[in-house]
Amino acid sequence: MVDKILVWVDERLGLTGIYNTIFDRKIPKTNWWFTLGSASLFLFVIQGLTGMFLAVYYVPSPDHAYNSVQYIMDGVAFGWLIRGIHHWGASAMVLVVFIHMLRTFYYAAYKYPREITWLTGVLLLLATLGMGFTGYLLPWNQRAYWATTVGTEIAATVPFIGDFILRVLRGGSDLSAVTLARFFAVHIWFLPAVMAALIGIHLYLVIRVGISAIPKEDE
Amino acid sequence: MSGSANIDRRDFVKVVLAFLGTIMGAVVGLPAIGYLVSPATRVQQKEAWIPLGPQENYPEGAPTPFSFTRTTVNGWEKTVNSHGAYVVRKGDNELKVYSNMCTHLSCRVSWKDDLQEYVCPCHDGHFDAEGRVTLGPPPKPLYEYETKVEDGDLFIHFVEG
Repeated sequence: MVDKILVWVDERLGLTGIYNTIFDRKIPKTNWWFTLGSASLFLFVIQGLTGMFLAVYYVPSPDHAYNSVQYIMDGVAFGWLIRGIHHWGASAMVLVVFIHMLRTFYYAAYKYPREITWLTGVLLLLATLGMGFTGYLLPWNQRAYWATTVGTEIAATVPFIGDFILRVLRGGSDLSAVTLARFFAVHIWFLPAVMAALIGIHLYLVIRVGISAIPKEDE
Repeated sequence: MSGSANIDRRDFVKVVLAFLGTIMGAVVGLPAIGYLVSPATRVQQKEAWIPLGPQENYPEGAPTPFSFTRTTVNGWEKTVNSHGAYVVRKGDNELKVYSNMCTHLSCRVSWKDDLQEYVCPCHDGHFDAEGRVTLGPPPKPLYEYETKVEDGDLFIHFVEG
């Protein structure tokens, strides 16, 4: 009976075809380093889910941001767990994405015909760092405030346009409510949207052109 | 492998994945439900005995105003509401406390010595010394607080809503 329903659904949705294309595709002999892409995707999904839950109580305004985070930690059941996963997941994601990049680099997997896979991967690494940078300000504690002060000052050292970059990042010359609001918007809307699109292209290319084998000694 | 009782590699991976996936889903999913629901289960204290100080502080005869505040905490936000009352003492045994909230549309009434009445500034509602409506639109007499005296101190029973 269940089989019949599954066949009926599959005939209309073509799920088996999708499954075979994604999971039963042919790949060269690999090792554990090849799991880091999937690990990055898993972390991205975890960060997205826990982030959605944090947004239920978080308020991106200087008069409430800190207190709303304290409320998540002490006032809500398992708030510490949700925030803890988001906090450690963020660090883990930067680490995993970076090692994923190193593996691609040392195996020379960025060469023809996988240049665009590599380029979208570079953008994804930068977006991941951007998520880390914008997310770090949101708890609005001393560490967050001064880390962002320093971070935006570093951006200001760029020749000629440095001061302009600093003002754009902060939304003015001072780190203020405007900074917090724009970092929040970039953290939960702009960067996740860009990353979702890039991940789509990245995965499409992984399936379309495939992944490279581990290079041999004489290559 | 096929036909033997032993589980093959693919099925083993599937079973392990389903098993670990279920555990991970439950470990993250169940707390997530609690996370969303827990503020709804919190019951705020809606009543309290408010101390008004020694009852001798309130002279016999004319109603004496008293004000107090109640703080409500919702999540990360605190709201402070102020309330007012009139203490009416007649001798040692008769003590009454009326809310200063007009029963018409919740404006604040004040005692007028010359009229010997509480007057509401919004729609000219009048109440006599016992809180009964004498004039205007108020549908009910002024709310009378339940009172108690402990060791000479006066308390009123505040109930929200």
